[in-house]
Amino acid sequence: MTLTVDRRYRLVYKPLLFIACLIPLGWALGGVLALGGLLPSMPLFDLGADPVRKVLGIVGKTTLNLLLITLAVTPLRQLTGNGYLIRLRRMLGVFAFFYACLHFMVYLGPFQGFSWDAITKDIVKRPYITLGFTALLMLVPLAITSTNGWMRRLKKRWQKLHRLIYPIAILGVWHYWWQVKQDIREPLIYATILAVLLGWRLWRWQQRRAATLKSAPPTARERT
Amino acid sequence: MLIRRTPDIRPSEITPEAVFLDRRRLIAGLLGAGAAAALPAGEAPALAALKYTRNAKLSVTEKPNTFEEITNYNNFYEFGTDKEDPARNAHTLRPKPWSVEIAGEAEVRGKFNLEDILKPHALEERIYRFRCVEAWSMVIPWVGFPLGDMVKRFKPTSKAKYVEFTTLLDPRQMPEQRSANFPWPYVEALRMDEAMHPLTLMAVGLYGRELPNQNGAPLRLMAPWKYGFKNAKSIVRIRFVEKQPRNTWNVLAPDEYGFYANVNPKVDHPRWSQASERHIGDGFFAKRRETLMFNGYADQVASLYQGMDLRRYF
Repeated sequence: MTLTVDRRYRLVYKPLLFIACLIPLGWALGGVLALGGLLPSMPLFDLGADPVRKVLGIVGKTTLNLLLITLAVTPLRQLTGNGYLIRLRRMLGVFAFFYACLHFMVYLGPFQGFSWDAITKDIVKRPYITLGFTALLMLVPLAITSTNGWMRRLKKRWQKLHRLIYPIAILGVWHYWWQVKQDIREPLIYATILAVLLGWRLWRWQQRRAATLKSAPPTARERT
Repeated sequence: MLIRRTPDIRPSEITPEAVFLDRRRLIAGLLGAGAAAALPAGEAPALAALKYTRNAKLSVTEKPNTFEEITNYNNFYEFGTDKEDPARNAHTLRPKPWSVEIAGEAEVRGKFNLEDILKPHALEERIYRFRCVEAWSMVIPWVGFPLGDMVKRFKPTSKAKYVEFTTLLDPRQMPEQRSANFPWPYVEALRMDEAMHPLTLMAVGLYGRELPNQNGAPLRLMAPWKYGFKNAKSIVRIRFVEKQPRNTWNVLAPDEYGFYANVNPKVDHPRWSQASERHIGDGFFAKRRETLMFNGYADQVASLYQGMDLRRYF
């Protein structure tokens, strides 16, 4: 049976991506269940001596990974000319928000033990926690306005609003960079990928501007 | 088979020690090679059991962490920066044979075989609290001897105000030393009165056996009222000096890590609070524990710092 591209995305690619996005959650959840004796212990679900830190790391890094993959959709679309890729972007973004929330919840509960005094102080006093918390707050309006309805309602303003993803990604990587003790190799990898993804946009933008200036007045504005 | 917790009654407490040791030697002689060969591939060689007495007076009564926890969650950057890295990678360290250089302001100086350094000291087990600067903690049954007893043997001169400890520098044994972003070798130091304090231990084992490589084999420092990073591992040099040495983490981030590194719930790390800690092994939904002044050893060590501004000398 052959499927149209449209149906292939709807019936195959999107469900597959949905399952793939749930794998890190399954990993963390499996570990916690194994810890509580609700699952047989196996190497895959062994969270080590400090399971709280491990789970915090799993969901935190998944958030960063998803943010970067979300930001890679547009460059990939432009490079490959495959416009359909845009259909996967919303799910990636919403999952990034989902994992950011999980990360914050693991921090509130297992990590800080819901000690609101300590949590408030952390958010106000610790720069790297302030950064992470700000990024999370900025993700909220994007998650809310991710539906078709909101896209229609906001029209041009939707795209403007969703450019918040750029500072969010910067804050996220910065948050990670600032909490490591000394070895910045891994945050550096994240920062490099982010720089390439944002640099690509800057370069395209400059190209476009140069083109518009040359062929003024513009008849149709190129869409991003 | 790894011992999970200290048994209440040790074989050594029932059998006369000499008989017990002879029997052990006999069994070791008969089976030693065979048992080691029978281990699954990749498994670390069995750690030899140590002869020691238990020092209950200087031990805490809290339940020690498991051997698995203590040996699989380590900060030992010479083998990688993840807590699981040392357990995975430290098999390249060869703690035998080992020698330690005694240098600086002391009458007895030179390079000594580890066995010769250890010979005059009776080993004891002390169950100490362990608090990492990263705000997690454990309880660990170390085996060792007081550093002060060893220091006396080298007859430090009146100029010796500090004792400096240097970790092995050998990228073949410690692969991460090839990475350039760390000023290897690792250096730590104590003030002379801290080094002479009866709580300060030279550890050579844990859970009654020789130290596993990832825990700083064959010789490491253990001052339980200080943050973990103070306790240099795999020591190859002990130097007596007049001026306060720069310790590695202080060189790397002077605003975050001081010379003293005393556990202090009232002085926060610039990036996180030190008021409480997560105790390893307490479980996923456990409450944090309050951090105690000098990690609970205030009665014994607070007098060392009388009149000092601990906010400044952190």
